[in-house]
Amino acid sequence: MPADRAFAAVADNEPLPEGPAIVSLARFQKERDSLLARGEKLGLRLEASESPEPIGADVHKIALIVLNVPYFRDGRAYSWARLLRTRLHYKGEIRVTGHVLRDQVAFFTRVGVDSFELPRPASESELEAARAEISQVYQPSVDGRETIWDLRACRRKSPAS
Amino acid sequence: MYRYDEFDAQFVRERAEQFRGQVARRLAGELTEDEFKPLRLMNGLYLQLHAYMLRIAIPYGTLSSRQLRKLGYIARKYDRGYGHFTTRQNLQLHWSQLPDVPDMLLELAEVEMHCLQTSGNCVRNITADHFAAAGSDEIEDPRIISEVLRQWSTLHPEFSFLPRKFKIAVSGSAADRAAIMVHDIGIQIVRNDEGEIGYRVYTGGGLGRTPFIGHEVGQFVAKTDILAFIEAIMRVYNESGRRDNIHKARIKILVHQIGPEEMRKRVEREFAEIKASGTLQLPEAELQRIAAYFAPPAFEELPYTSPELDQAKTSDPAFANWLRTNVDAHKVPGYAIATISLKRIGETPGDCSSDQMEALADLMDEFGQPEIRVTHEQNLVLPHMRKRDLYALWLKLDALGLSTANHGLATDIISCPGLDYCDLANARSINIAKEIARRFADLERQHDLGELKIKISGCINACGHHHVGHIGILGVDRKGVENYQILLGGSGAEDASLGEILGPGFDSEGIADAVENVVATYTKLRHSGERLLDTYRRVGAAPFKERLYAR
Repeated sequence: MPADRAFAAVADNEPLPEGPAIVSLARFQKERDSLLARGEKLGLRLEASESPEPIGADVHKIALIVLNVPYFRDGRAYSWARLLRTRLHYKGEIRVTGHVLRDQVAFFTRVGVDSFELPRPASESELEAARAEISQVYQPSVDGRETIWDLRACRRKSPAS
Repeated sequence: MYRYDEFDAQFVRERAEQFRGQVARRLAGELTEDEFKPLRLMNGLYLQLHAYMLRIAIPYGTLSSRQLRKLGYIARKYDRGYGHFTTRQNLQLHWSQLPDVPDMLLELAEVEMHCLQTSGNCVRNITADHFAAAGSDEIEDPRIISEVLRQWSTLHPEFSFLPRKFKIAVSGSAADRAAIMVHDIGIQIVRNDEGEIGYRVYTGGGLGRTPFIGHEVGQFVAKTDILAFIEAIMRVYNESGRRDNIHKARIKILVHQIGPEEMRKRVEREFAEIKASGTLQLPEAELQRIAAYFAPPAFEELPYTSPELDQAKTSDPAFANWLRTNVDAHKVPGYAIATISLKRIGETPGDCSSDQMEALADLMDEFGQPEIRVTHEQNLVLPHMRKRDLYALWLKLDALGLSTANHGLATDIISCPGLDYCDLANARSINIAKEIARRFADLERQHDLGELKIKISGCINACGHHHVGHIGILGVDRKGVENYQILLGGSGAEDASLGEILGPGFDSEGIADAVENVVATYTKLRHSGERLLDTYRRVGAAPFKERLYAR
């Protein structure tokens, strides 16, 4: 799904505008009650060093979580996305932003990321092409995709097909 | 050995085509070199001093004759007619051209091979005991779980951009021929009191700039749980490993900083969660499918001894010498394990020419050997030789220049490529290896010295495993001049220990003399039956220092 531009990214020292806003984890922790009382969609931006774990059950009140990747070789966001989905059971949108290559889109999609803000913007069909370069996967992940191991198991059950 | 099914085959073909696209984007300037670098590294392609180097994965060091023949062909067609077997059981081609590489990958895919994850900050090629399925002390073939791990780790979506590279080694017996204690994760196959087979798991070992021996984090991990357990370790590392300093980014530093106890706690927590989710249970049917490929060949019923062998041993002393060091006991009567030394005096350790590779592939077929193994000590192994064929094999090896009888002796030196090729090196290592081998070439003397492991690295990254050499040599750059430090007392085997630096280094002219002095000190002080390592452990560094640095 395309990045939702309706969210306004708000710096820590700026007042909140009308409408959906994205704030830092620090600001959320400081102004939690008033932020949740606004009655607007709320987004959280996590830096690479910030685990989403402290958000706890509040995660279900968040509409969008933005994982910032400062440098494409910093792979922590993969684990943060995974943790959001499997430990915190987050159901909202996860977006990745920052220095991300199209070669990483498939990996991020597998660990539960929905949308991308790439330095070189890519169309949905380009993203889809990047995801399809390798058509099967070996290991299970957040996406629940059928793995090569599953496919082999199916074949064992119905060898004739 | 493992054979690709259509899924594996499709995977490596698609991967080669994907890399073709990445090369095209790089050549078109769409990718910067900085961005291209990790992509090419995950396909085994380094940029070195003079050219690109392609590192070909040899999973758990096992090759068929068809694969070995193809490697010889690729080395001749695309490179300079030789390859270099490495301490991680891989093969390096040092003179590759970037535009050729996608084609080389497709050629490899034809014989079920690839360069996947032989470099980069991901899970690297899984290494295992080179005596797998042949060693008399084996509990289970370590390649079964290694192949499971190879598949699991291939393009792992969460662990392809780790803080640093990640190396896993597996040993199937109590004797450790895979150096598991100095890997990011070491897995030892064990049997518990109930007779069940499981895994003992170590983490935090490693060489390089800051060497550590691994810590046990899993005393007995059940078979079905092993992927969950390994994933738990990887996750703790991916989240908490340091990313601010490349020299402190390996898991060994994390384990050292938080302590093994805290590491165990964190791993247990992740493990409990993954296990509870049930998503990463190792599927029994898949395990069985893979295990079936590693079923031992149909061994003949042979007498324990072979008259042909006994006769040749008496009549040909050169063959007898080879038997003494290069042939090990096999678990099946009438069979033996033959080690082919790639350490001929005067040659580069680990190098093998295209002609030799093709000739060896022919010998494999001739002697009914379905597999050849690459060892982490940069030699090759024919694991299932009939004893009665050994002399015929040796005669043919001799004609190929591959009959050097020095396995485990002073001239069986491990050496990285060093400054002759490598971008990272501070000093040459091949020339030092050659000079030391020349000094110790006399076979009688080598036998007198017994097992003596000399390991040489041309820089602190320790590809030559100098920390675990009985004698380790580390090349450094001292004010623009190559300088070589000596370490003593290291071992990469089941009695793992890290060598200690003896004192100030030596220049390239003096290092071989220094090694001679170390050996002379040992021969003076040794008790009967002691290896240099044992003597060093008993007497300590002092007498060696005295001899080397006395004024």
